[in-house]
Amino acid sequence: MKILLVDDESELVSALAERLSFRGFDADWVCSGAEAINKVKENEYDLAVLDVKMPRMSGLELRSELNKIRSGMKYIFLSGHGSEEDYKAGAAEAECYLVKPAKIEELVDKINLALGPK
Amino acid sequence: MNIKGIFKPEFWDADPKSAGPYKQLFDYKRIWQLCIGILVAVSLVPILIMASIDFSVTRGAIISENTLEAERTTSNTRRSVSYFLEERKSALKLLVELHDFRSFGDWEKLSQMLESLKNSFGGFIDLGVIDKNGRQVSYVGPYNLEGREYAGQDWFKQTVEQGIYISEVFLGFRDSPHLVIAVKHMLDEEKNSFKILRATLDTTQFNGILSSLDLSVGEDAFLVNREGVLQTPSKWNGNIFSKVGFELPEKSFRTKVEQISYRKGPPAMVGYAYLKNTPFVLLYVKTEAEYMGGWQSSRDTVTWFTVISIAVVILVMWAVASYLVERIYIADMTRSKALQQMEHHNRMASIGRLAAGVAHEINNPLAIINEKAGLLKDLFTFSKAYDADERVLGLVDSVIGSVERCGRITKRLLGFSRQTDMEFRPVYPRKVIDTVLGFLDKEAEYRSIDVSVDIDDKIYEVVTDRGKLEQVLLNLINNAFQAMKDGGILHVRVQKVESEVLFSVEDNGCGIPESDLKRIFEPFYSTKKQSGGTGLGLSITYGLVQDLGGEMKVRSQLGKGTEFSFKLPVVPDMNGES
Repeated sequence: MKILLVDDESELVSALAERLSFRGFDADWVCSGAEAINKVKENEYDLAVLDVKMPRMSGLELRSELNKIRSGMKYIFLSGHGSEEDYKAGAAEAECYLVKPAKIEELVDKINLALGPK
Repeated sequence: MNIKGIFKPEFWDADPKSAGPYKQLFDYKRIWQLCIGILVAVSLVPILIMASIDFSVTRGAIISENTLEAERTTSNTRRSVSYFLEERKSALKLLVELHDFRSFGDWEKLSQMLESLKNSFGGFIDLGVIDKNGRQVSYVGPYNLEGREYAGQDWFKQTVEQGIYISEVFLGFRDSPHLVIAVKHMLDEEKNSFKILRATLDTTQFNGILSSLDLSVGEDAFLVNREGVLQTPSKWNGNIFSKVGFELPEKSFRTKVEQISYRKGPPAMVGYAYLKNTPFVLLYVKTEAEYMGGWQSSRDTVTWFTVISIAVVILVMWAVASYLVERIYIADMTRSKALQQMEHHNRMASIGRLAAGVAHEINNPLAIINEKAGLLKDLFTFSKAYDADERVLGLVDSVIGSVERCGRITKRLLGFSRQTDMEFRPVYPRKVIDTVLGFLDKEAEYRSIDVSVDIDDKIYEVVTDRGKLEQVLLNLINNAFQAMKDGGILHVRVQKVESEVLFSVEDNGCGIPESDLKRIFEPFYSTKKQSGGTGLGLSITYGLVQDLGGEMKVRSQLGKGTEFSFKLPVVPDMNGES
């Protein structure tokens, strides 16, 4: 399972990638939308975990861009922001919308649920 | 608006001070007073002016009419009395001129003359001849008066001087009211030799002239002498020879009418005339009650009608002004509530945005702590290096536990920030109450407040707006916390009542005075203004319950506690949980 983690907080996203690795996922991480697009162009990911509020390109815009590159990819939004608009938009456009701080078990469950049975 | 509302409208108790610097605009009692004042002035002033004009014009017309009537009656009566006296005076003069005066010394001839006078004119009692020395030389009549001396008497002197004399009514030797007419006859001009023919008249016929007038109860006609002594009987002034009860009007031989006031009696109108060549004054009196009676009666009727009309007009004006100002008051209250709800909505939206921003700012570092601590734990767990070191793992778990606690708080804040639009969905009352109490559990713990929740087992779900319901319960429970001392008891109950769900929040706090209970849901009404209350909390809560289709009530006992309760309708056939 190849997963891409995108969040402008490198401290967070690096630790999260490592924790997912402990749980059997092949997780890469980047800190911006542009980097994420490059990564997706170069690699084939099954799922992307995206922050919603990011500088220059939001998670919602990034999802839209990534969808153009890889249409079959699944998405989970992981955001510290909880405005009503974000919540509704995120919940509509992704498999799941999680609010930080999320439990790792919950994130793993959602990833498995999104990817479905192997 | 019921009858009680008309006489004591709700806005009377409204406090304009709550409108702050705009209190003049919201002083409904003043507006109402102004309305009443203007309406009453505009409608009643013309009525009063008309009534006043009618009063004076009618009164003037009646006085004028009665003055003319009094003048006419007086004038006619004067002519009758004058004619009576003149007729008898002329008869005596005729006798003197037609007969040789020596025959007057003959008793039989004098008797025949008296009989002729009695038969022709009536009223004559006796007839006598007095010589120039004042001695009655000849007399026919019922008394023995021959030889009487009249030389010193006033009437004799006046007859000698004036040639003719009519006396006042007097008693004289005979002690019976009578009057005298005397005529002087010159026998020899050069020697100044004369005799006087003197006739006595009884007053019966004299009185008859006046009594023959068809006078009503309030009228009187009588004769007085120039000193005001009665010469004929009078209804109100007493019998003959009494003095009249008012000052005689000034001398006038023409008929006049004046207003007089009796010394002891009612005001009256008097018609009078001094009779020429007689000592008599004719008086015709008509009391004010007599001549103004009809007018006073109709005046009383008009007065009553006016008073009743004014009362009805005032009543109608009162009702109209009360109704209109009450409508303005209700419209202002409704608009004020709408503005408050809008303000509340905006405030909640601002708080939501703030909460979301704060949550976001806190959630990111929390997430880093969470992931770093989680990674630390993973390293220990997956590498087995510190597997046996329970103390290190315990410390990491403590960090993760604290992060989770902070996360719950920020998630609650985020949930609160999403409660802006009204959205009816099925909700579990227990979950709503748990969420609300979650905000206050620490305060309850610090203040040792015992919070108990009792939810009827029959209640599964309620279709309502979760956010609004949370706000209502949060406001009520917050208020209850403020009303209670430390160690208080709070009961939150949810019961099913027919097709509705009854929520109640009961505390054992300070309670609310009965005078405040009626107005507690009014906007800007606060008993805590000095401690920073805006007076909007309960008003907004009341409005929110109404928005949810419910009805809110309050029950309180001063010093014992308060219970706020509201019913919400249940719609059990909807699915899903918010």
